[in-house]
Parts: sequence; structure tokens; C-alpha cells
Amino acid sequence: MILDSKIPEGPLAQKWDKHKFDVKLVNPANKRKYEIIVVGTGLAGASAAATLGELGYNVKAFCFQDSPRRAHSIAAQGGINAAKNYQNDGDSVFRLFYDTIKGGDYRSREANTYRLAQVSVDIIDQCVAQGVPFAREYGGLLANRSFGGAQVSRTFYARGQTGQQLLLGAYSALNRQIAYGKVKMFPRTEMLDLVVVDGQARGIVVRNLITGAIESHSAHAVVLATGGYGNVFFLSTNAMGSNATAAWRAHKKGALFANPCYTQIHPTCIPVSGEHQSKLTLMSESLRNDGRVWVPKTAEIAQRLRKGEIKVSDIPEADRDYYLERKYPAFGNLVPRDVASRNAKLVCDEGRGVGASGLAVFLDFAEAINRDGLATISAKYGNLFEMYEKITDENPYERPMRIYPAVHYTMGGLWVDYNLMTNVPGLYATGECNFSDHGANRLGASALMQGLADGYFVIPYTIGDYLARMPYTKVPTDHPAFKEAEQAVIAKNNQLLSIQGTRTVDEFHKALGHIMWENCGMARNAEGLTYARQAIRQLREEFWRDVKVTGVNEELNQTLEKANRVADFLELGELMVEDALHRNESCGGHFREEYQTPENEALRDDENFAYVAAWEFTGVGNEPVLHKEELKFENVKLTQRSYK
Amino acid sequence: MDLTLKVWRQKDRNSAGQLVTYPVKGISPDMSFLEMLDVLNEDLLRSGQEPIAFDHDCREGICGMCSLFINGRAHGPERGTTTCQLHMRHFNDGDTITIEPWRAAAFPVHKDLVVDRSAFDRIQQAGGYVSVNTGGVPDANEILIPKTIADKAFDAATCIQCGACVAACKNASAMLFVSAKVSQLAMLPQGKVERQTRVENMVAQMDIEGFGSCTTIGSCAAECPVGISLENIAMLRREYISAKATSEHLA
Repeated sequence: MILDSKIPEGPLAQKWDKHKFDVKLVNPANKRKYEIIVVGTGLAGASAAATLGELGYNVKAFCFQDSPRRAHSIAAQGGINAAKNYQNDGDSVFRLFYDTIKGGDYRSREANTYRLAQVSVDIIDQCVAQGVPFAREYGGLLANRSFGGAQVSRTFYARGQTGQQLLLGAYSALNRQIAYGKVKMFPRTEMLDLVVVDGQARGIVVRNLITGAIESHSAHAVVLATGGYGNVFFLSTNAMGSNATAAWRAHKKGALFANPCYTQIHPTCIPVSGEHQSKLTLMSESLRNDGRVWVPKTAEIAQRLRKGEIKVSDIPEADRDYYLERKYPAFGNLVPRDVASRNAKLVCDEGRGVGASGLAVFLDFAEAINRDGLATISAKYGNLFEMYEKITDENPYERPMRIYPAVHYTMGGLWVDYNLMTNVPGLYATGECNFSDHGANRLGASALMQGLADGYFVIPYTIGDYLARMPYTKVPTDHPAFKEAEQAVIAKNNQLLSIQGTRTVDEFHKALGHIMWENCGMARNAEGLTYARQAIRQLREEFWRDVKVTGVNEELNQTLEKANRVADFLELGELMVEDALHRNESCGGHFREEYQTPENEALRDDENFAYVAAWEFTGVGNEPVLHKEELKFENVKLTQRSYK
Repeated sequence: MDLTLKVWRQKDRNSAGQLVTYPVKGISPDMSFLEMLDVLNEDLLRSGQEPIAFDHDCREGICGMCSLFINGRAHGPERGTTTCQLHMRHFNDGDTITIEPWRAAAFPVHKDLVVDRSAFDRIQQAGGYVSVNTGGVPDANEILIPKTIADKAFDAATCIQCGACVAACKNASAMLFVSAKVSQLAMLPQGKVERQTRVENMVAQMDIEGFGSCTTIGSCAAECPVGISLENIAMLRREYISAKATSEHLA
């Protein structure tokens, strides 16, 4: 198999414009003859469904939530980047591109990343036109702030609820198309298989989560916008329902899965409080603009603090180690997420962690409150402070927050070409569901940017190019390929329901999460990964022998929903481990302990690993086949990332 | 903490429901209310019983998916808090807690504590948007919005569409929810063009869905987890009257 990225010829800055001209167009009158399925209605899916509807295509949109407005994009707090240079501080499309490539540790595609920076500018215009209430200055102009990994203020925000407001903008555009009849919405419906006919994606099989009905939907093209797979770890900042099932089942139908081991561990999350914990809550990275990260200088002081012998306020400045400011004077507390996370782990491993578990560091606002006043800090971060207090019962205005890294965003995903099409013709993947734009690490405020870029500005162009070459005829849903897929889905559900074992789905999920976090989390090594591979296989075998799923298919059955998702996580987890094991280097979110500099920084190997690892499915438990897409860097020079 | 839960169990939309009593033991005050239900559900599963179906997703207080009528209050006893952000430290050892689904004719029960809130989506589809296609829009800074207006619009825009306002209202009115969207867009220059048709259509759809009338008692705002203000209802009324008095759609 040859991976053709279909990157257009020509200079970087002109590739997208040239490509937009070169793609085939569909005559407006013919667009109504095509049907497109969009799975997932977060930023990438809702914006795609709405825009494709605007263009005149017939769209069917699916989500497992009760309303498209609940997709997990809603929880993004900090902001969205755009190279508007409204602040006149030296920003440009090229600088945003450069920061993103460098921030991603040179493991993303130049052409995709440049296009992302290019259309970022249009996204803000689009959202403002929809009525998204971004923060404003007193003169009525848009306000900006800076974010981790950047030295310019290019982040647009809506208090600490940027994701919510952007999603509501996309949801409103979607609603408009639903009202017009151009988009048909299927909430509480989960995709359980992809249907491929003659090598082309021609539809999906879904389960109605209320009635359990297994249904087929046919279309000319299928767009997956189903988000990331961070819930493999059980504890993560993802919504509880976020899952990999649609993408994973597409993978099992032939779509390659790229760079699965790149998991972003976000540095500013509320630490775990106990065994009962169901998920982790992220505190916006924007907090690091004003909050200072520190731990006690010695393990001895940290221990006394943990035992309650001294209070935070008893620790004098001289005994505090502002380790990010000390080690990275140029970026300070605003170093990228992988660097901040790894350093938090390092100081905790040294015994200098705080909180009952010792797995936390301080994020301190005392100096900012002294400098700017309580009112200013409260206006900037008030809702985040409230959220923190609700969860921890501690007032962050009076004592520093405790934070610790947690699984947040997955940079890997389905392999796509420049058109966002997977290697299965007619199957597209957008937003977090694909692998293409962030490399091995994602900078702050760039996930929202990619979701909306793909949905509003990329897929509407590129999908036309594919459809223009297709006949209008649809594959009927009584085609054998649909029937076969339906039968497979029904058989799998029946199997899950018939096991009647002794262990719950959550028990298996937590066990998997534990294996993943310990061995394929913030730091990995060959020994741990080899162990994890074996442990996951064994757990999967136990799952299919001993899981307990109550109820029947023909009803609202949340246990069955979870069981299907965990069954897929058990397979995906193994692939993540496989990928981490083969990549003998450290880059971004993938930190292999064997490959580090004397200063504990990630040691990349550009000679041997400057490629996308795209895995082909060959059966559960079988060795997957590795395909490599070489990454060519013609416009940036690969340098060791340094934030010193 | 040991607690006694009385939970509404209902097989599906067409079946009768009833409160069923479950004792739960060893609850940590640091658990969220939903984590407490997770613990109960794991126990039920292990003993071969059907777990309790309830809606939840982000568990960060923002997606609006969680619901639950707890001891007669939407999202429980804490002000300004969604059920997922309600922690057990607000209850006492030995408490009996009654847990019911949202009660409103326009929100039929799917199962147990899960209700159908799609009526809210249909109200949004009736006009809760600015009609603008993707691309071809002006530069964002060409639309100047005073900070005070942007902030006020934002306050209205924070509605999470959870339905607590309907659940808290004696008439099961959706006025607070509808008013939040109407106010947000009526305040912003982008939304002004369609403000009359928007308010007329959204209010009409609200009636079609079977929500009750608003008598401005204010329990909606009192129970709203994100603090949507009653001012929005005042604004909705102004918008509606003004639209009805001057609109081209005079009926």
C-alpha cells in the first residue's frame, strides 16, 4: 500500500489556493442529488454538516448525545488561535504555522498545518458573524490573550467557555439547516459499523440508543468527526461518552490508524481524589498566564506539608521552587503542555509533590492578585476558580490551586490525505478524529481551530472533488454489504449480552486504564510497553469470557453501550502500545525514557522517525502492518525544541 | 456516609414508574452525586439487577446533559450547580435522598431518570440562529460591539440547555431558556436583522411543544445552574410585544 498524501505542488503559501482551484466542482443543481453522512456533531462535525447543508448537499448527521449541542467540544475552556495580528505583536500566518509545527515536535504535515494557520483567520470572522460573543475591549474590538507555547497574543476567547460558545455557533448553523430540511439530525444514535462497497465507503450501520433498533444508512460519502480516544485511559478530561468506536470500526474495515501513541497529557488538571473518581477536570491552560507553578524546594518540606505540619503560607519564598521559570526563563510558566506535564511528573517523582497523594503541584495566583487586584483576576478566571472550589472544596483565591497532568487530547487518529480523506475512498475524518495537523504534541487553543477549519473551510471544498467523479446512484440499504454489517453488529451485541460473567464493564475499563497510564502514559519504556501488550491481551480475553452486561438490546441500555466501547478500547489500547514500542525516540506527548537528553528533555530521532506511522488492521490479536508516510520539511528547519 | 436513596424507576415511555428504595454505604464526601450513583449502579450490576439509567456526559458542568430532581430541587440543593458538580459533602450521613427525572409534559421519560429534551432543539431550530452562510463574512473587527453589550450577551449565552428551568417551574414553562437565546441575539448587532421573526417563531414553537406559561415567579432563575437572569424574560417579553406590534407577520 502506498500512502499518497496528495499534497499539492507549489510553494507552501499557495498550495491551498491552488488546490481549491484545481478541485472539481459539483454543479449547484446537482448537489441535491448527493447524500453525505456526518458522524459526530462537535466543532468538526456540526460545522461540516451545516456547511455541506448550506452548499446544497443532503446531509444526515449522527450523534450519541441527546442533542448535538452536548458534544465534548463544549468543554474547551481557553480559546482559539488565529493569525489575525490584531495586537500588532509580530504574528503572521507563517508564525502560527511555525509555532504549530515546532510545538508538534516536527511530526505533523507542513502543508496541512500551513492551511490550518491560513484559514484560522476566516474562522474568527465566521464565528463573529454567527453571534459568538467573544471577549471585547472597551472600544468594541476583539480581545486577545496568549497561550502556552506562543509568545504572541493570538488567542480569541469567550471567558473560560470558548468551546461552548464556538460549539453553540456551529450548533446554530446546524439548526438552521435542520430547519431548512437540508440536514436530518439523528441524536441518541451510535455508529457501530462502516459499510464499504467495491472499496468505497457507502454508508454506516447504527444503533438507535432508545429502541436498540439496528439501522443502515446509505450515502455517497461518510465523514467521521467523532473526536479522540483519550478515554482508553478511563480517567481523562474527555466526556464520559467520548469513545473510539466509530473510528475503530472504520479502522477494522480498512482505514489506517496513524500515530496512535501520541496522547497529550494536559498539565493543569484537578488531581485525582480517590478510587471512586470517574473523570478528571481540566483547568484552562490560560491560568498559566497569571498563575505561577511551584513546589517546595525539598522533599522534606513537601512531606511536612502533606502531613499537615505546616501550611502553604508557612513556606517562605526562599523554599519555593518555581521550576518552570527557573528552567525555561524565556517561556516560564507558558511552556508547551508536554514540557509542563513532564516537569510536574519529575518534581513529584522527586518527592516534592503536594496534596494528600503527593501527586500535585501548586498553581499560585497570590502574586497576580497582589499585582492586578482580586477584581481583575476574578474577571479573567472567575468561573474556573468557582469550578475548582466546587470540586476540591478549597478557595483558590486564598490558597494555591493543586494541579496535576491528565490525559487530555489524542493527536493520533485515522490517517487522512490533504483532502482529509482516509485511505478508504469516500471516508473522511476531521477534527480530533484524524491525525494530521498537531504532530506529536498539540499547542493550546489549536484543537478548536482545527475542528472548525476542517468543518467550515476544508471538507466543503475537498468532498466536492470526490463526489464530482461519482454517479448519483446510491447503494440501497438492502445491499448484501449492509446486511452483512448489520448482522455482524447484531451478533456482537448478542455476544456481549450472552456472556453473563462476573465483572462489570467499568471494572474492565478501569483495569485497562491503569495498564495504559502506568505503561503508556506520561513516560514509557520498552519494558513497560512489552508488559502492557501482554496484559491488555489477557484483559481482553477475560473481558470476552467474563464481562457482565445486563438487559436486552431492544431498550435504552447504557451498559451495552459502554460494553461496545470498552471492547474497542481493549483493541485500540494494544495498538497504542505497539506504536509506542516501535517508535524508538521521544517526541511531544510520546516520551520514551530510553531516549532523553541529560537534562531530561525529549530526544527526537529525525534520521529514523520523521514519519507518520499508519497501521493496518489484520485481525484482533494479529500483528498490525506498519505503513510509513515520510514527513518532508521544506519550509522549516528541524531543530531541537528548546523553550529555555 | 450511608444513605437511603429513593429512585424513580420507569421501564420506558409507556410504562408506569415508581420510586424504589436503595441503601448505599461507604459514600465518600469527595464523590460527585453522579459518582455516588455509579457506585450504586456497580452494586446493582454485580447483583444482576438493572442499573439506573441517567443522563450525563462531560461531568464538568458545561454540557448540560445531566439532570435529576434531587429532594424536590432541580440539580439538588446547591445553588448554581449542575448535578455532576454537586458533591456528597453537601449531604449528611444517614440522609434519605429522593431522585426523580425532570417532570414536564414536554420532556417525556425515556427510561428511569432519562428524559427527552429534544423540544429544546426544535425551539432553537425555529430561529435561534443568525442566518449566515460560511465564508464571505466581514472581518470580525468590522462588527464593533461595546464590551458591556458583549458581556451581557455572553451572560445570556451561557445557558447550557439542561432544562432545570422547566423542571423547577410549576407550569413547566420554557421561558427562561428561550429568553436566554432571544436576548443574546437581540443584543448583538449580528442578530438584530432577524430579531422580530426570531422571537415570534421561537415563542410559537415553545407553545407547540407544550411548555406552560410563565407567571414570573422566578423559580427557574433561582434553580438555574449557570445563573441565567430573569432580566432575560423581561427582555423576551419586550421583544415579543414589540415584534407583535410592528412585525410584518401580524396575525
